[in-house]
Amino acid sequence: MLLEVSRLSAAYAGVPALHDVSFGVGEGQIVALVGANGAGKTTTLRTISGLLHPVRGQIAFRGQRLDGQPAHRIAELGIAHVPEGRRLFSRLTVRQNLLVGAHGKRARASENEAMERVLTMFPRLRERADQRAGTLSGGEQQMVAIARGLMLRPVLLMLDEPSLGIAPKLVDEIFTTIRAIAREGTTILLVEQNVRESLELADHAYVLQTGSTIADGTGAEILASDLIRRAYLGI
Amino acid sequence: MDGDVLLQAIASGLLIGMVYALISVGLTLIFGLMEIVNFAHGEFLMLAMYAAFFGRSLLGLDPMLSMPATVGLLFLLGVLTYRGLISRILHAPMLAQIFATFGLGLFLRGLAQFFWSSDFRSVQDPFLAGLSGGNVNVGAVSLGVPQIAAACLAGLAFLALYLFIDRSRTGLALQAVAEDRATASLMGINSDRMFALGWGLGAACVGIAGAVLATFYYIYPSVGVVFALIAFITVALGGFGSVPGALVAGLLVGLVEVVSPTLFGFSPAYKYAVVFGFYLVVVLVRPQGLFGRF
Repeated sequence: MLLEVSRLSAAYAGVPALHDVSFGVGEGQIVALVGANGAGKTTTLRTISGLLHPVRGQIAFRGQRLDGQPAHRIAELGIAHVPEGRRLFSRLTVRQNLLVGAHGKRARASENEAMERVLTMFPRLRERADQRAGTLSGGEQQMVAIARGLMLRPVLLMLDEPSLGIAPKLVDEIFTTIRAIAREGTTILLVEQNVRESLELADHAYVLQTGSTIADGTGAEILASDLIRRAYLGI
Repeated sequence: MDGDVLLQAIASGLLIGMVYALISVGLTLIFGLMEIVNFAHGEFLMLAMYAAFFGRSLLGLDPMLSMPATVGLLFLLGVLTYRGLISRILHAPMLAQIFATFGLGLFLRGLAQFFWSSDFRSVQDPFLAGLSGGNVNVGAVSLGVPQIAAACLAGLAFLALYLFIDRSRTGLALQAVAEDRATASLMGINSDRMFALGWGLGAACVGIAGAVLATFYYIYPSVGVVFALIAFITVALGGFGSVPGALVAGLLVGLVEVVSPTLFGFSPAYKYAVVFGFYLVVVLVRPQGLFGRF
């Protein structure tokens, strides 16, 4: 396993948010975390990337413990987290946002190739390169957020709600891109409210409910399971 | 009123305005980065002026020659202040942060009084004051060489700072941390190091200002008070956190201070009353300042 999360608990200011989250992400896989709002999907990603420190449990990446390490050091290990709501640096231009994405020592050496790669992947960003990120449309901002994550040259790319608040016709484009990124060899951990699409995309999926992983299986299995569909996913 | 007199006042106002801008930019840089106001800013300036003074009296170095060392010392002072004090109160209530830097200012002022007495000192025969008789005449306008040098240095410092913040990798990282430190950390940016750098840079700007001010201003333990006060209103006027705002507001404050007594014919003793009055009017009309984001 590339990433192994075992019995993870986390809390926001003393309020428990996760109590027993366990799952694994294999090298080269697309893994989806699904579940209702408030199930702990975003919190799980935030705990992996070090924005939140776990109360209990372990996170191991390539056999190395991540729990307790600061976020900037976890990023240096090759984990990119594209946060919910995109969180672009709105006063910086698109190009500057991308450059900030390659700030880490690991990414810096191959900054130019990474820039060329993401601008080829998202040709629209090339046109918008010198525009302030805050002035872009939601879909374009999401492209910048994903591209900025890729600038880190991640081994593991964690995407939190990449299709949230985006025009429907762009959603397909985003999913196609995620597939393409995976095909190039980047492992992906995906959190999506668009359950059907993400399960179709995922090699493996875990269902979260009120802070715990309660089921897992291939994307197709979860989609096919009536109980899970009705009880937890609302589809 | 005589046009030449007005021209003279405008030129002098712009020169001192550049120095105000340079002092203010250090303050605004730190605030823009972490939303903490450094109330010890004036004392940093005072220490820079003493560094220039002692460089002359103990080592025989002109303030212009000792400036790199002064700037380096102030950078270090800024970093140490962050590491030793600010990083510990980063998540404390705002009142605690105000008292911490305010207390540091009082402490440094007291320390200066204790070790160096409250005598007024001045740098002996500064090189700049002797250059071309100490004055340059352009038409009917006569300007002091030290003041011109101070303004030019301030301009250069602004340019360097702007290029650093806008063009360099580290400058972009500073801006990223200023906007959203959590997200910046996801890019591998260590915000703690950026904060320390911000404090170092903020203090280094004051280091340049202190070194040049020492060539034409008296040096005493509370010399920073009036400059800090002007810096606070300059920063508020320009917009907290805005670097271009500090430049424009610094020039405006310098102009108002020197031109208004000339223009309206009152004693220069009232110049600060006009400056602060001007400030009050601006913040009533535009509370976020000229270039403010807040």
